[in-house]
Amino acid sequence: MAGTDPIHQFVIYDIAKLFTIGGDGTEGSGMTFAFTNSALFMVVSVVVTTAFLLLAGRNQKLVPDRLQLAGELSYSFIANMLRSSAGTEGMKFFPFVFSMFAFVLVGNMLGMFPYFFTYTSHIIVTFGLAMTVILVVTIYGFAKHGLKFFKLFAPSGVPAYVLPIVIPIEIVSFLSRPISLSVRLFGNVLAGHITLKVFTGFVVSLGALGALGWLGALLPMIMAVAITALEVLVSAVQAYVFAVLTSMYLNDAVHPSH
Amino acid sequence: MEAEAAKYIGAGIATLGMAGAALGVSSIFSNFLTGALRNPSAAPSQVGNLIFGFAVTEALGIFSFLVALILLFVV
Repeated sequence: MAGTDPIHQFVIYDIAKLFTIGGDGTEGSGMTFAFTNSALFMVVSVVVTTAFLLLAGRNQKLVPDRLQLAGELSYSFIANMLRSSAGTEGMKFFPFVFSMFAFVLVGNMLGMFPYFFTYTSHIIVTFGLAMTVILVVTIYGFAKHGLKFFKLFAPSGVPAYVLPIVIPIEIVSFLSRPISLSVRLFGNVLAGHITLKVFTGFVVSLGALGALGWLGALLPMIMAVAITALEVLVSAVQAYVFAVLTSMYLNDAVHPSH
Repeated sequence: MEAEAAKYIGAGIATLGMAGAALGVSSIFSNFLTGALRNPSAAPSQVGNLIFGFAVTEALGIFSFLVALILLFVV
């Protein structure tokens, strides 16, 4: 059943074992560091992004060719989004936001190829990305504004008698940010890939029934194609949403009093 | 009742949370369409807000999916 098991695609396996910390030398003891298929696709994603941007910016012309235009569009897309949500002061975080966007987008898109691993379908990866964002926001906020950063929890223009209710809500919403940011991306990608595999599993099990089954398999086949198209859209939208939320949280660090 | 059966019933009930996400997402898109048809020239500038609102609302549906997954595979 390994071929039609919808969870099988998320298995992480070691490609090359690097070294082991602790343990008594027997198999499975201690903490083993290995180069996994997840790490491989992260490297592929970084290489693809870097190669694209280097090629796009290689010989710049006044009238851009297609590749240069694609690079410029991806730059201005994120730059405009960041400027509109975090202001010109937020533009110093452009490399950070663009890297996040490119890493998530290329990771999602690579996952749409059959037999490719999707690293954004693992909560630890997305949670790591989300915690990076939240740590940058918190550390930069305290470094820039000191204790005034706590004004984040008391929005300006709120009457004093509502503050006892508003402040706990704002604190809870701030603390839940890394969870919602990571679970949104992880959940979307995981749910999409499981749905895709379940429908293609129907095709396989119906196709095994013979000629009548082949006719019946046509319906889930069409569904699988439609879901693939939807998943490509979801991949792009979730990468965009991750970038938008990152720049909105950075806006809190740059302008904490709203 | 067996614990195994309760797990599946719980996962089934957890999917009901998707109804709330469906209501929220439909409300966002229907209101966007209403506004966009009234003032089409202002609509493109609000697509960012549309996607943001969609993502924030949709996350709640994803949470209910996650609860179902946790009940099925973790608990």
